[in-house]
Amino acid sequence: MARNGPRLALVAVVLVTLVACGGSGTPAPQTDVGITSNSILLGNTIAQSGPAAAYGTIANAENAYFTYINNQGGVNGRKIQFKILDDGYNPANTVLLTKQLVEQDQVFAMFSGLGTQAQTSVRDYLNTKKVPQLFVATGATTFDLDYSTNKWTLGWQPPYQGESRIYAKDILANHASAKIGVLYQNDDYGQDYLKGLVDGLGANASMIVDKEPFDLTAASPAAQLAKLKAAGADTLFLFATPKPAVQSLVIITALHWTPAVYLNGVSNPQVYMVAAKKNGAALQNVTSVGYIKDPTDPQWASDSAMQQYRTIIALCSTCKPDDGFNIYGVAVAYTMVDVLKQAGTNMTRANVMNIAANQLNETNPFLLPGVKVKTSSSDHFPIMQEQVITWNGTGWSLQGNLIDSRGTIK
Amino acid sequence: MQEFLQLVVSGLAAGGIFASLALALVLIYNAMGLVNFAQGEMAMFATFIAYALISRGMSFWIAFPVTLVLAFGGGIAIQRIVIRPVERAPVLTLVIITLGLATLVNGVAGFLFGYVPRPFESPFSSDTVGVLGVFISYRDLGVIGVSGVVLLLVYLLLQHTTVGLTMRAAAHHPEASRLLGVHVSWMLALGWGLAAAVGAVSGIMVAPVLLLEPNMMQAIIIYAFAAAVLGGIESPLGAVVGGLIVGVTVNLAGVYVPFVGGDLQLAVGLAIIVAVLIIRPNGLFGRASVRRV
Amino acid sequence: MSSVLRQRIRNAPPRYALVAIVVLLLAGLPTVISSFLTSEWAQALILAIAIMGLNILVGYSGQLSLGHGAFMALGAYISAILAHKYKMDYLVTIPIAGVLTGGIGFLFGIPALRLSALYLALATFALAVVTPSLIKRPKEWTGGPQGLLLVQPDPPQPAKDAFAAITGTAMTTDQWIYYITLFCALLLFWLAWNLLRFRPGRAMRAIRDGEVAAAASGINVAGYKTLAFGISAFYAGIAGSLFGLATGFISPDTFPVSLSIQLLVGVVVGGLASIPGPLLGAIFAYFLPIESNQWVPSQSWIPSQIASTVEKAGPAVSYGVILIVIMIFARNGIVGLVESGYRMLQRRLRGAGDRETGQMPSGPQTV
Repeated sequence: MARNGPRLALVAVVLVTLVACGGSGTPAPQTDVGITSNSILLGNTIAQSGPAAAYGTIANAENAYFTYINNQGGVNGRKIQFKILDDGYNPANTVLLTKQLVEQDQVFAMFSGLGTQAQTSVRDYLNTKKVPQLFVATGATTFDLDYSTNKWTLGWQPPYQGESRIYAKDILANHASAKIGVLYQNDDYGQDYLKGLVDGLGANASMIVDKEPFDLTAASPAAQLAKLKAAGADTLFLFATPKPAVQSLVIITALHWTPAVYLNGVSNPQVYMVAAKKNGAALQNVTSVGYIKDPTDPQWASDSAMQQYRTIIALCSTCKPDDGFNIYGVAVAYTMVDVLKQAGTNMTRANVMNIAANQLNETNPFLLPGVKVKTSSSDHFPIMQEQVITWNGTGWSLQGNLIDSRGTIK
Repeated sequence: MQEFLQLVVSGLAAGGIFASLALALVLIYNAMGLVNFAQGEMAMFATFIAYALISRGMSFWIAFPVTLVLAFGGGIAIQRIVIRPVERAPVLTLVIITLGLATLVNGVAGFLFGYVPRPFESPFSSDTVGVLGVFISYRDLGVIGVSGVVLLLVYLLLQHTTVGLTMRAAAHHPEASRLLGVHVSWMLALGWGLAAAVGAVSGIMVAPVLLLEPNMMQAIIIYAFAAAVLGGIESPLGAVVGGLIVGVTVNLAGVYVPFVGGDLQLAVGLAIIVAVLIIRPNGLFGRASVRRV
Repeated sequence: MSSVLRQRIRNAPPRYALVAIVVLLLAGLPTVISSFLTSEWAQALILAIAIMGLNILVGYSGQLSLGHGAFMALGAYISAILAHKYKMDYLVTIPIAGVLTGGIGFLFGIPALRLSALYLALATFALAVVTPSLIKRPKEWTGGPQGLLLVQPDPPQPAKDAFAAITGTAMTTDQWIYYITLFCALLLFWLAWNLLRFRPGRAMRAIRDGEVAAAASGINVAGYKTLAFGISAFYAGIAGSLFGLATGFISPDTFPVSLSIQLLVGVVVGGLASIPGPLLGAIFAYFLPIESNQWVPSQSWIPSQIASTVEKAGPAVSYGVILIVIMIFARNGIVGLVESGYRMLQRRLRGAGDRETGQMPSGPQTV
């Protein structure tokens, strides 16, 4: 092979010079890639096929909101174009597709990319290229927490650790003698939640009598729940994505076990609660948190923002209005448009990123009253307020006041 | 002790589901010496059909047999269209085709029904009976009962009916059967139909536990492989016993073997497959096979 | 050029010219397409290497593995851990990953000897499904579910200069990785070609077509079957290592069971037991999902109804249909189709008489 090396190189060079004549040079670098006088191009990668395809509707809902804004004239005269690519929840695909969006399609920014592993896989790349990776659709704490080392990346939703710190606050205030059992998904997601809970309990972490991991690929977490019950837990934390969470709610009823259940926010949309109920879960004493208005909650039926949401989501033919993922999409798209509006005539990546990470102070109509989307030069966690909610048999009831975990994660 | 018994009981319930799917695998293996990699996906698809029927107002106990009949027809159709052209092809070809079938059915289900997990109501109540502090739900009892009935029916069909006899003859001695005027190919189709129906039972039984979505059977099929291999891949009884053993083992290993924990339960299925294949390739109930040259 | 060399070139079969053209095209590719498209082609070449390895196992030795994604994962993590934990130069880790994975594959081949083709398929399939959870466990090594970020190498100065001299733009990291991949792919295809047309290849095919007969004619059946497993894993290990390099990030979810299926699609589509097959199969298996997802919907002449159906159905449906159709109608894949087409053409042109080249036709696939 070594013998052939130089010869190969020679022919390669010849061939290359032949074809290079037809090739064209790359355009000169622009300060505002992806911005024209009448358009803004945003890119997105999300799972629309494969194991996590249920999330795929989020991007469609976001697109519906952008269409809605465009129909009203766009942002400062510019229409938002939104290019969505399906990565099938495989981070290797995310890398390639993100490169495509940045280098080939020349997007201005990446918006609301989904999945912790997937967004981690492109974080270095986007930061090196100085392309905003805005409002990633994952609650992994690192995307807010590590802003200082990744100045082009920001999350949006309350970080998982923030959420479980709120549970810790609630437990310490109301059930100080609880014996806690934790069922957590054995991935970055479940472990992030668990860390928040342990940190939040602080010196009282010994309240956790047992914690059991399970894998998404396993058939069901029945064995782990039996073990938690046997360990004498009277309070159960479910740090699980919707499917295993629903399974768990059904299983504990079958085990004749009636612990107080804390259910992570990802799995609390009404559709999953109804699914659990239909499959035989008793759903007694279930607590969770919320920060977005639930489209199925009758108390928002005449809410003007909710009516606006229904108008918006009608622009997406495949979106189901009652799906909690869709209002999530609309709400985060609202923040994106807000940031772009604030950027005004200074539509540079640096300016947009600066506004998002340091200057946000937004009242988002699709979030619960009082929840602020807020960042400052010393705080880069956009949403840190959530409200404790309990299941009343047919829906979630809001309990008490908003709990703020701002400033607790360092 | 109570925890141990509880794990055994819930393991048996899970095992009943593995057993029906393993039984479907065994049926096709017996018909044509092939492991059908699409069995789980076919079961999932049949369950979606049942779901569609029930959500259109049909009662469960009507939808259930209707689905089984449709699954039976679907199994035959698949054999006629996809398998028959390559009936005598090498195993490699057949395995790749069933794998293609699995991918295809999974994709089509995702396309038609989406990936949002759906609740699937069980015909059995989720109430439980307690014995010595161990709880078992009527649903679990129902699953075990249905699996038992299915096994019994399959056994009766194969051992005590002319059709069963002909099917077995066609599978074991195709040339001789052909000479005797048996439609060997149609007998294989019958095997596929039967397997599809038995698999559909497992899908319908598992859906209330796992929630219905296109990837529902992905873990179950691995346990079913383990069950079929453990029981001896040509033995229907072995499939059922294997299924129950796998169900209980996986449950117990998850809790009592620290290395396994909750997150490597699926690997226990893999370990069972590998261990059985190496130590006792014919499984618990299989006969020693003679290699044809 | 010496006259001997000229003589040899003149006497070389036409397929040598074809190979030369393909190699030149691949080498020149990054100078005409964008850096991003180059990185896509690098991925396709990586897939080609893994598929070549799988082809040696399935097409030549007749052992079916549905879990080759697991070997790719092994290679990728060996490289990543060496580079991440022991600060080794990534390029140095590529051969190490290949050799270690090959060694483990060889060991894997020993119990596999006892299994029938069917059982082997079953066990390897289970392995493919379990792989992501197995990766998560040794967290301090693999980074657990968070995965490992890898530093991609900058192109060395000479390469940069040469590339700039030709194209007028500086060489990007992606382009450099493409050339690393191309170098490995050429080397490994050349190795496979040499291996398979001589004694080991003949021995493997003989075993595939009948073990007893092969053993009777003095072939070490067990030896060659395990050897095939080892070599195949070696290829997968190198491919996995390059995959990590090209992606810059590996995590459990980057090695799903669908990767193993993609490899199988590549082998089958390209053509079992052929040398060019894996390259064609890889290009097909890599670009099919991308094009069905992006190119089809962007074409105005395709009715939007059909386009959105194709897009929504995702790659699973097309993969499934293709596996089935090819297995039923064209068991030798693209290469088989091209060969039979070429032979028909030749027969037309020259008449049926004088076309024997002494080359053995690639045998039917039997297990």
